[in-house]
Amino acid sequence: MSTISQKPSVAPTRPWAATPRDRALTALSVALSILATLTIVAVTPMKGKLAYFFLFFITWFIIDSLFVVSKSGSKGVKDSLAAKVTLFGGVIVSMAVFSILWATISNGVKGINLAFVTQNMREASLFDPIGKGGILHAILGTVILIVIAIIFSVPMGILTALYLTEIKGRAAGLIQFLVQAMSGVPSVVAGLFIYAAIILNTPLRSSTFLGGLALTILMVPTVTRTAQEVLNLVPSDLREAGLAMGATQWKTVALVVVPAARSGLITATILGVARIAGETAPLLFTVGVFDSYNFNPFKGDSGTIPTVVWAGLMGGTPESIQRAWSAILVLLIVVLIMFVAARAFGSKQPKR
Amino acid sequence: MSIDTPAKVIPAARKITTKPRVSDQIFRGIVTAFSFSALLILSLIAIFLLLKGFTTFKEQGLGFITHFEWSVTQDEAGKEVAVFGLQAMLIGTVVISFVALVIAVPLSVLTALFLTFYAPERVKKVLVTIVDLMAAFPSILYGLWGFFVLMPMAEYWAKLIQKWLGWIYIFDVPQGVYSRSPFIAGIVLSVMIIPIITSVSREVFSQTPLDRIQAAYALGATKWGMIRAVVLPFGAGGVVGGSMLGLGRAFGETVAVYSVLNIVFRTNFQILFTQGGNVASMIIQKWGEAGKTEISALMAAGLVLFILTLIVNFFANFVVTRAVKSGR
Amino acid sequence: MDKSSQITQNGTLMSENQNTTPSSLSDVAAKRAEAKVAGTSPLGTGLEARGVHAWFDKHHALEDVSLDFSAGTVTALIGPSGCGKSTFIRTLNRMHEFIPRTSMAGQVLLDGKDIYEPGIDVTKIRLQIGMVFQKPNPFPSMTIGENVLSGIKLAQLKVENNEDLLEECLTRAGLWTEVKDRLSAHAGGLSGGQQQRLCIARALAVKPKVLLMDEPCSALDPGSTLRIEETISQLSKSMTIVIVTHNMQQAARVSDYTAFFLSDGGPGQMIEVGPTNEIFSRPRDERTENYVTGRFG
Repeated sequence: MSTISQKPSVAPTRPWAATPRDRALTALSVALSILATLTIVAVTPMKGKLAYFFLFFITWFIIDSLFVVSKSGSKGVKDSLAAKVTLFGGVIVSMAVFSILWATISNGVKGINLAFVTQNMREASLFDPIGKGGILHAILGTVILIVIAIIFSVPMGILTALYLTEIKGRAAGLIQFLVQAMSGVPSVVAGLFIYAAIILNTPLRSSTFLGGLALTILMVPTVTRTAQEVLNLVPSDLREAGLAMGATQWKTVALVVVPAARSGLITATILGVARIAGETAPLLFTVGVFDSYNFNPFKGDSGTIPTVVWAGLMGGTPESIQRAWSAILVLLIVVLIMFVAARAFGSKQPKR
Repeated sequence: MSIDTPAKVIPAARKITTKPRVSDQIFRGIVTAFSFSALLILSLIAIFLLLKGFTTFKEQGLGFITHFEWSVTQDEAGKEVAVFGLQAMLIGTVVISFVALVIAVPLSVLTALFLTFYAPERVKKVLVTIVDLMAAFPSILYGLWGFFVLMPMAEYWAKLIQKWLGWIYIFDVPQGVYSRSPFIAGIVLSVMIIPIITSVSREVFSQTPLDRIQAAYALGATKWGMIRAVVLPFGAGGVVGGSMLGLGRAFGETVAVYSVLNIVFRTNFQILFTQGGNVASMIIQKWGEAGKTEISALMAAGLVLFILTLIVNFFANFVVTRAVKSGR
Repeated sequence: MDKSSQITQNGTLMSENQNTTPSSLSDVAAKRAEAKVAGTSPLGTGLEARGVHAWFDKHHALEDVSLDFSAGTVTALIGPSGCGKSTFIRTLNRMHEFIPRTSMAGQVLLDGKDIYEPGIDVTKIRLQIGMVFQKPNPFPSMTIGENVLSGIKLAQLKVENNEDLLEECLTRAGLWTEVKDRLSAHAGGLSGGQQQRLCIARALAVKPKVLLMDEPCSALDPGSTLRIEETISQLSKSMTIVIVTHNMQQAARVSDYTAFFLSDGGPGQMIEVGPTNEIFSRPRDERTENYVTGRFG
């Protein structure tokens, strides 16, 4: 239609969005609240970071209410209070996380040096001055542990997920329920179980292999549930296309479904590893502690990062605690890297 | 008028059967077999813990649950006398988990509401990442942070609470020691279970039917009015279920609690006082110097803990599944 | 107040003495004005949309609709799916903005005041312009009585006598005799048609001046549809009603005026508006004729 081009163009607007005046009022109320908070802190004996925080929210609410009440009455005050209280909840949760991250980084870096990640503790003890000895043995121990857990739990988890999404057998409801139940098994129970079932009954003694078995119990539910989610995202017409071509279900799953969900399955594995990498309690029963390299997964205690942290914390001297912080920093960095990797792979999921 | 039409002949429904090819049968067999590993593992846990803890159950009987003493001594004849009772630890577990829920549930619900209904897109993304990250922190990290960062602050809060609310029994302390109390352990646990409760609540809140939300707004409701009239009644089941999942996690937590709790075999409801219990961390505490008899008792304690968490998780999953399904 | 600005075809808002649009339009305008004189009522000046546009993100969904809803009339909005009529009705009580990344342009005047004015309390606007939705959506956690009064509670209004209001609203919605004995039963037990009338009663309880109905019968059986139509006829004596419908018989049965919306692939536009009998008997626009005679749509 030729008339369209002749029309004056109308710009889209958002009359419901905050106007500059609204923004100015918000800024003003925040500024006034900060001022009031500082005054109260200066005049009264209240102290501490949290006092600042609470006072700010209370004064902000009061001051902002004065602005709101003129516009929309008591109903508006309740609404603006609700908005602020939910924000308050979110901020407290974030503060806890930042407090944890900050404590780990600020305390941890002090003990990080080349020796810390390239040496073992054979020649040093937890109580020696920082700079002597390192946790390479524990890093390697944790790596071996993770590899063993992956070897067992990834096939178990993915096959269980395939049962729930592809075969959908009669027992699917029961299996789903059991996987959920399994995700609630306390880690200490997993350790006790391996001890009771294997160490008390067979000649096998604590080793990374047994530790890997204990961690498998904790890892399988995470892998299963995430894998199940990504397999459910594989479009069903892909499956039907495979079956319609006369392929067997097995071929369809192996050549169509699993490749389509590949990056999601990697995410499932990474999330599973992140879940178990820092587990401590089961290792105390199944892996023990050791201060040097042990590359035999079937024989002998082994060092692991969580148990180094544990020993450092229990040691109680400034040096041992420093080592605990530094070791947890190393572990946290590993977990963070996995976390980022899981998200990167996760964002590549097939579209519904 | 007689009806004489012959009855309609309805053919019996044919059964559609396919005989899967051999390769598919093998595939299905293998997958099905593996899927039962969850059942196998859970049964083995129950069987072996029962087997190894059996002597304790037999000797202690019901006292294993109801008694509050835990000791292995020798009588005059040099014979070993063992008394094992979990009462103090079971009550302690419930007390710290309760403290954790009291703190975590409101914060999680507020955070979930903020994420679902208030946060701008960018803030939402960041906060969701933060909450997910929280769930990925190792429990030993929570222990370390709880001991060195939280405890000094929490002791100060505890003193304030005692000062103003000390007339209530649970907020009073017999002696002025505030460190390593159930209160502090509860706070640490609350931080650990916040991501669980938040993510379940958020999922349920986000499934609130849009037409009900619009109905409330069309009646002149404010956002908060809409949340109260529509979202909270709808999401209540999810919040309860999520809280129970969190409770299950809190029951079984070991090293984080052990780091910040002074484990004493005495039933204590005064949450600010440095005395508490938790079955999971008690097992770690006693493990180091446990003899044969005591190991059996610890296995039995592990079984009790296992069953307890299974029950809590069972109900939690039941409630969550129902809450999530009702939204679809 | 004869601004005769309600009818536009290509988007330009006509004001009194301009005569730049085809003559057929002025015919309609004249007839419309007559109708307005006839329908002059003490209910107020009604609702008026001026040059309303709507966007979903970058997608231009509705282009330059100007439409005058005189007080005390029923206006039907008809047109094929995707023509922007539902979008338009949602801009009339500011429900449009709940969809993320939407925007709009133009004005909507209620009694001469722009409801999109900055600083206005939007919840008060929605109290005056009620809405009934396509799918019956009573609050399942509330009883029948609580549902009717839910608007009072949500808006924190003061009411002298709840019972009287309850009876009045349910009676006006044509539901009173059916539910008067089970006001404390849960709303989920009602049939679809009853639920929809409950939603109408709920909307009436806050005493709106205008009631918007977005395909209120499309999810209902013919019997229930008839009951709702009776209810609309009753209500039209005391309020302004705007109803979106796919059903042309329904439009013919319940409305005083009909506006036809169409999208030719681009944004939805209002093609034609007029007294309902004219739109159905001798539409001006060929596209309207094609639609009302069932040649497409």
